[in-house]
Amino acid sequence: MAETLKITNLHVSVEGKPILRGVNLTIRRGETHALMGPNGSGKSTLGNAVMGHPNYEVTEGTIELNGEDVLAMDASERARAGIFMAFQRPMAIPGVKMADFLRHATTNVRNPSRKEGQELIPMRQFRKELTEKMDQLRMDVEFARRYVNDGFSGGEMKRAEILQMAMLRPKFAILDETDSGLDVDAVKLASQSIAQIGREQAEGEEMGILIITHHDKLLENNVPDFTHVMLGGRIVETGGVELAQELYTEGYDRIRAAYPDAAAADAEMQQATAAV
Amino acid sequence: MATDLLENGTIGEINKYDFITPSHDVFRAARGLNANIVAQISEMKKEPGWMRDFRLRSLKIFESKPMPLWGGDIGINFQDIYYYLKPTDQQGKTWDDVPQDIKDTFDRLGIPEAEKKYLAGVKAQFESEVVYGSLQEDLGKKGVLFTDTDTALRDHPDLLREYFGKIIPPEDNKFAALNSAVWSGGSFIYVPPGVKIEFPLQAYFRINAEQMGQFERTLIIVDEGAEVHYVEGCTAPMYTTESLHSAVVEIIVKKHGRCRYTTIQNWANNIYNLVTKRAMAYEDSLMEWIDGNLGSRLTMKYPAVYMMEPGARGEILSIAFSSKGQHQDAGAKVVHCAPNTKSRIISKSISKNGGRSSYRGLCKVEKGATGCKSNVVCDALILDPQSRSDTYPYIEVEESDVQIEHEASVSRIGEEQLFYLMSRGLSEAESSSMIVSGFIEPLIKELPMEYAVEMNRLIELQMEGSVG
Ligand SMILES: Nc1ncnc2c1ncn2[C@@H]1O[C@H](COP(=O)(O)OP(=O)(O)O)[C@@H](O)[C@H]1O
Ligand SMILES: [Mg+2]
Repeated sequence: MAETLKITNLHVSVEGKPILRGVNLTIRRGETHALMGPNGSGKSTLGNAVMGHPNYEVTEGTIELNGEDVLAMDASERARAGIFMAFQRPMAIPGVKMADFLRHATTNVRNPSRKEGQELIPMRQFRKELTEKMDQLRMDVEFARRYVNDGFSGGEMKRAEILQMAMLRPKFAILDETDSGLDVDAVKLASQSIAQIGREQAEGEEMGILIITHHDKLLENNVPDFTHVMLGGRIVETGGVELAQELYTEGYDRIRAAYPDAAAADAEMQQATAAV
Repeated sequence: MATDLLENGTIGEINKYDFITPSHDVFRAARGLNANIVAQISEMKKEPGWMRDFRLRSLKIFESKPMPLWGGDIGINFQDIYYYLKPTDQQGKTWDDVPQDIKDTFDRLGIPEAEKKYLAGVKAQFESEVVYGSLQEDLGKKGVLFTDTDTALRDHPDLLREYFGKIIPPEDNKFAALNSAVWSGGSFIYVPPGVKIEFPLQAYFRINAEQMGQFERTLIIVDEGAEVHYVEGCTAPMYTTESLHSAVVEIIVKKHGRCRYTTIQNWANNIYNLVTKRAMAYEDSLMEWIDGNLGSRLTMKYPAVYMMEPGARGEILSIAFSSKGQHQDAGAKVVHCAPNTKSRIISKSISKNGGRSSYRGLCKVEKGATGCKSNVVCDALILDPQSRSDTYPYIEVEESDVQIEHEASVSRIGEEQLFYLMSRGLSEAESSSMIVSGFIEPLIKELPMEYAVEMNRLIELQMEGSVG
């Protein structure tokens, strides 16, 4: 049976404010899922909660990876268990070189039981692999010497996130608006790279992918097996690729009309945000 | 183990290892401080009369000056200290006498065997005369003088008489006066016109070096168009039985000269480290201080550059790391005395486990010093709510045609940054350690390679066990 990331009845609050109100979602390795929904509906919140951000408090529900309790793990353990998220807004870490950071990360994720201070993967092997992946993403080698996300353009940040995914070879990846901030050519390259990385994963098994997007481009090479629509902190409808096509051309009017409760919750969340 | 040593201040309890036995009394001045003792020090060193008078005059100044009211709490009984130990006194120690904790720390820092003994105070002299002998010879051929200051006073009395105490007179401050009265050891360097020394000169290259002293006195003269980089200290915890250290460093950089002075010090937790460092930079010259301070109960240190003639530049980069029971009151002074002079200060401090770091800086532009530029950046990183950081910038400008920028920032280790690194599989401790190394990276890359590596390792050691 395929490895599975299973989210059941997930409720999440931020600063005591409920955002997610009972999300159910199951992703198997090899599947591609698209997650759509209006701004502020809770898509990034879902990703952050799955990745283990300490400010996103799970008040109810479960997240399991092959039956194991993900909620009991901190972010580091989740990464080592094979979960990855490409962030909508990655953090800058001034003074820390991409290469140093990635060498630590890659070592830990590939050898999850590694203790601090133990050997890192050999420099030569790491460099070779990093250069290969950077070539594929058409990134200049100089990039590895820059400080993590420090002064990166929007496009560079997104590409750096994909590079990290390529090096870490996760079982499950959440890509949060990885297409925003990229020009047409860059989106195309990103789309192809994600598909390729998805196919090339460790142990011969493909990645399970959750793509959060408002556009069609990333989905061209990563045709979703399932499309989910989030509204007011809930997944209100699930369909195939045709649902994605409907949403990025027609918008969310039909969805709002069909799910008035969720639409009301969504409006409330939007207001709370506007008030801030 | 070694972390405990740094953490819990075990080093601070080393006082109980009293290696100096009463049988050596004949070689050291009596406890306490008065004119007799100062005269006795001068006599034991067989110094010329002018130095004896200088010491006695300095003692009077020391006695007349009140303790500074700013900085940190200085809990020292000046009458409870031995002010002079003849180097031979200290050779009673053997490697077996050195506590295991210290040895472990040396191992973890990867300090070579020969250096360990030197650092632990077992050897008064670094065991590498053979290696550095040829280097000394090479320097000698170029006319470079590099020796300890006591020897310099014997061998080069004219130079000493001309420059000693001229950059930092005893009147400057209470601790400079104390050092002037009881100084011993330190380095003396003279670089003749046009001579550029390509490699950094290090304190332990010195032949006949005296043991790391309590009241070191360093004098560096960089003649016209000459260049030197001097490196002092090391990253191993400095192991010493005395609690007051008060050094004076005087530097002159003449026209078109360049001098860089790098210090990395990691003091034990019982130490008061009160240092006066000042350079005078002349026409189109460059003076750089790079200063890393770890440990100690209290460090007060503000390296200064006085830009005396047009085109002179001063740069001061400093890092302070303070942990439990430690207070780093460090900073910089730049004084623009001539037109078109430029200065830059970058100061970074890290406080953790209740440690306290203060930045205290002075930027002064004197009347007539038009067209000056000064840029000051000080950033503080605080790792936990118990720790503290303060900034005290003093700006005194008597000219209008000047450009002065001052930026200060205080940040706590960001949860968002921690989460980002952890989401890539780094542990919490690795993540904060990486954020801290990133924070000081702009300074680390200015250090000579081997110091940069040691400094990074030391920060990692300091960071271990600081979270969770
Ligand atoms: N870190 C946070 N702090 C405060 N509010 C947050 C935070 N993250 C999300 N929210 C709130 O949660 C709601 C959903 O946001 P988000 O998950 O980012 O939506 P989406 O990704 O679908 O645009 C919004 O009302 C937003 O303001
Ligand atoms: Mg979002």
